[in-house]
Amino acid sequence: MSLAFDVLLALSLIWSGVRCLSVERLDRAIVLFIAFGLLMALAWARLAAPDIGLAEAAIGAGLTGALLLDAWGALKRRRP
Amino acid sequence: MRRLLVGSGAAVFAVLLIGALLEPLPGGIDLRIAVASHMAASGVEHPVTAVLLNFRGYDTLLEIAVLLLAVIVILAGGLDPAVDRPRAANPILQSLARLATPPMIVVAVYLLWAGAFRPGGAFQAGAVLAAAAVLLHLTGLLPSWQRPALSLRWGMTAGFLIFLAVATGLLAQGALLRYPPAQAGLLILLVEAGLTVSLGLILAGLFLFLSRDPGDEE
Repeated sequence: MSLAFDVLLALSLIWSGVRCLSVERLDRAIVLFIAFGLLMALAWARLAAPDIGLAEAAIGAGLTGALLLDAWGALKRRRP
Repeated sequence: MRRLLVGSGAAVFAVLLIGALLEPLPGGIDLRIAVASHMAASGVEHPVTAVLLNFRGYDTLLEIAVLLLAVIVILAGGLDPAVDRPRAANPILQSLARLATPPMIVVAVYLLWAGAFRPGGAFQAGAVLAAAAVLLHLTGLLPSWQRPALSLRWGMTAGFLIFLAVATGLLAQGALLRYPPAQAGLLILLVEAGLTVSLGLILAGLFLFLSRDPGDEE
């Protein structure tokens, strides 16, 4: 059961990473980046490193994601 | 052709990396035993916090200094006098943000407190605080910071100053940041509380100083 979860987690990590880099639209790439960060936090938790998982979820996915979304909004406002 | 080359190069690199991971390190030192045998003197019960704030406290001191330096550089670069345009205020978003902020502050304090005996600590707590400020800013409840007021400057430097004061105050013990075991827990909590507030303000500042629309161009 846990092996199946780990394999699924690894596959979705790789998939979201590839999609984040290859997707055309910027907003989708940002959302995929946030999803990648949250999956990464899960992976850290599975690797018995909950401290890194917490930091990844808070800083990697949360703050960086919000920063990227804000930058995207500013870009969109500047050249509509 | 080029794609194939790059792809096969990446694949070879990945295989080499996996091979390097599988090979056990020759001179690897297992630090877990060393940490576990000194846990009693560290003043906290969680090994990660013990390493970050006691055994390798020097690294954490430099980390907060680097973050503080980043904010100072941003402020030194000068903030152009931008007009903070009010964002499209969505009442549902605003009331959700109003509801979410107090629990986020409680979570930050809990993370700070929990760092002594389970995963948590100042950096995560500070990030949650900063996220609360960013949330308020994005929903239009908190205007971006035009000019750092004196209290804000003190708040951003307080964590570093407290850490530095504790570190130099302990110089009498013979080394930088060698806590006496009896007071170690209290001193670490003091340092972490200062770090949490400053980190929250610094991370939020990186966001709120920079995320301004330059004037009304349209």
